[in-house]
Amino acid sequence: MDIPKVPVAIVGPGHIGTDLLVKLRRSPVLDVRYVAGIVESEGLARAREAGVAASAGGVDWLLAQDPLPRIVFEATSAKAHLANAPRYEAAGIRAVDLTPAHLGPMVCPAVNGEDHLDAANVSMITCGGQATIPMVAAVSRVTPVPYAEIVASIASRSAGPGTRANIDEFTHTTGGAVAEVGGAARGKAIIVLNPVEPPMIMRDTVFCMIGADADRAAITASVHDMVLRVQEYVPGYTLRAEPQFDEPTDEWGGHARVAVFLEVKGNGDHLPPYAGNLDIMTAAAARTGELMARAELGALA
Amino acid sequence: MTKRALRNDVRIIDTTLRDGSHAMAHRFTETQVRDTVRALDGAGVEWIEVSHGDGVGGSSFNYGFSGTDEMTLIAAAREEARQARIAVLLVPGIGTVDDLKRAHDAGAEMVRVATHCTEADVSPQHFAAARDLGMETVGFLMMAHRTDPADLAKQARIMVDAGCECPYVTDSAGALLMHEARARFEALLAEVGDEALVGYHGHQNLSMGVANSVIAYETGVRSIDGSLCALGAGSGNSPTEVLAAVFDRLGVDTGLDAGALLDAAEDVVRPYLQRWPKMDRNAIVQGWAGVYSSFLLHAERAAERYKVPAHEILRRCGELGYVGGQEDMIIDVAIGLAAERAGS
Ligand SMILES: NC(=O)c1ccc[n+]([C@@H]2O[C@H](COP(=O)([O-])OP(=O)(O)OC[C@H]3O[C@@H](n4cnc5c(N)ncnc54)[C@H](O)[C@@H]3O)[C@@H](O)[C@H]2O)c1
Repeated sequence: MDIPKVPVAIVGPGHIGTDLLVKLRRSPVLDVRYVAGIVESEGLARAREAGVAASAGGVDWLLAQDPLPRIVFEATSAKAHLANAPRYEAAGIRAVDLTPAHLGPMVCPAVNGEDHLDAANVSMITCGGQATIPMVAAVSRVTPVPYAEIVASIASRSAGPGTRANIDEFTHTTGGAVAEVGGAARGKAIIVLNPVEPPMIMRDTVFCMIGADADRAAITASVHDMVLRVQEYVPGYTLRAEPQFDEPTDEWGGHARVAVFLEVKGNGDHLPPYAGNLDIMTAAAARTGELMARAELGALA
Repeated sequence: MTKRALRNDVRIIDTTLRDGSHAMAHRFTETQVRDTVRALDGAGVEWIEVSHGDGVGGSSFNYGFSGTDEMTLIAAAREEARQARIAVLLVPGIGTVDDLKRAHDAGAEMVRVATHCTEADVSPQHFAAARDLGMETVGFLMMAHRTDPADLAKQARIMVDAGCECPYVTDSAGALLMHEARARFEALLAEVGDEALVGYHGHQNLSMGVANSVIAYETGVRSIDGSLCALGAGSGNSPTEVLAAVFDRLGVDTGLDAGALLDAAEDVVRPYLQRWPKMDRNAIVQGWAGVYSSFLLHAERAAERYKVPAHEILRRCGELGYVGGQEDMIIDVAIGLAAERAGS
């Protein structure tokens, strides 16, 4: 007998939505029934090729379908999601939001994926947040982190027009999530676009302020454990080197520092492997959707 | 957009207290800032840039924490200036509009929004905010050697269309030779020269800062950066006191008192220098290999920590094409070089 799957939809068949489609179609618990856009596009064509019902009729079309999806993955724009979210909620559909709208609680699957399984709407934060928050959490679960700072370097070609037009949004949201989800008292985020050719693979550096006598072996072990957890949904998530510990200085208020250097290589599903920033977003969204679906299926059983 | 009227033949913007922050490891004191502003102001400098070396909001693990809050330094500079006005740097991705508003509240009247030379489209948000605040605007196209003149001009166009009154050929690596600098000045002037001023920010890594400033003026560039004692990243910037003397000899009116600037450099800045930026092996490699000048101190620190030569770290950063802001990669490169050495 077939294991039941949870019907889901993708709204916004652009770069992110199309990559997400490839990932969701591999899922053992999610069944992608619908893809909705607002204009005829390559993304809609790809969905139809894959045998998924697709329309340029937008959310109106989607909400007229039977059965309705249980979960919508939104990859349109923040503005579109702000308009769509109340309609999903009214129809009893839950939303995994990949836009920067941030209506619901922020979720990073490796860190707090289990905490919001019944939320009506969850936010996938930002690409830099998905890449770095697991490392901040890996340190903060071992020792207090009064301040954490992340630097995300991405290939210019992987930064879409939305990201470019509002780069402050990235800085604010990611910095806030480093604290709120990562568990640091204070967070700061920096993003750098690099146009080098061939394009550079996404790189992230995580600096955490720690006590002078923090347990360094425990931090290192925790970081390695967390890398494995993220690799479950982003196989190309790797450490470039062992965590680096620097001794306390006056400049750091007598604190020591641990630095974690990451590379995030994408799976190359629809987007090229260098665009690890986009891949980790779609992978995290797929993972989150699966966790929500498993919880629903579990409740049914 | 109408072009800003100039007070003199050319506008010299002094960045001792901003680019110099790199060479001071971001530890400027309020007294140093006040003394420097008083001296520059008295010498007729119209604009003085003050902020963390990586711009407002730059205080961080990655770039170094500010010894004194930059907003305190900006406010002190504003208070000290009689005729001069205060500018700040803002690098989108590092600083935000919130930081800009704080700087404006503290007394800054100009912002220089800086992006890598091919990424100007991250700046419109910040130009719009600056214009709303009534600030004067400059756009830095950093690492200007990394793209060709025609593309650099297109990027300048993006900035000008977003409200930038003066895009700059910003030679962050001190890598532009004279003909390369000239081609970029000419391209920008042809593209935006009717609506905007064009500027030049030089570094001395290959000793080209002053010579390129003269070419800049001859080509039609009307906003040029300098620093007292060259205090700036890498081997420093075109020295303001030298620019004043050279333009005086050329009969170009800068409005600057060259003698007073020589005094300022000698009596005010030199006594507090921890290092006098110079063309040593590391800095020359930066110009030669086209490496962001601010990487210098970070590479020296990583060299000490990981026991690998700083000039090799810098050369590798050049080969890998790292851009301004990627100071974290210096540590990554040093770790890699140390591992290669251990392995061989
Ligand atoms: N590119 C990045 O760096 C990045 C990273 C993480 C998250 N995001 C976010 O993901 C979202 C999608 O990004 P993208 O790069 O795929 O953009 P995109 O422009 O390629 O795709 C957006 C798609 O949504 C469709 N759309 C717009 N409004 C719609 C509506 N009301 N209903 C249905 N479809 C609609 C568009 O037609 C388009 O097909 C954005 O919110 C973006 O901020 C982007």
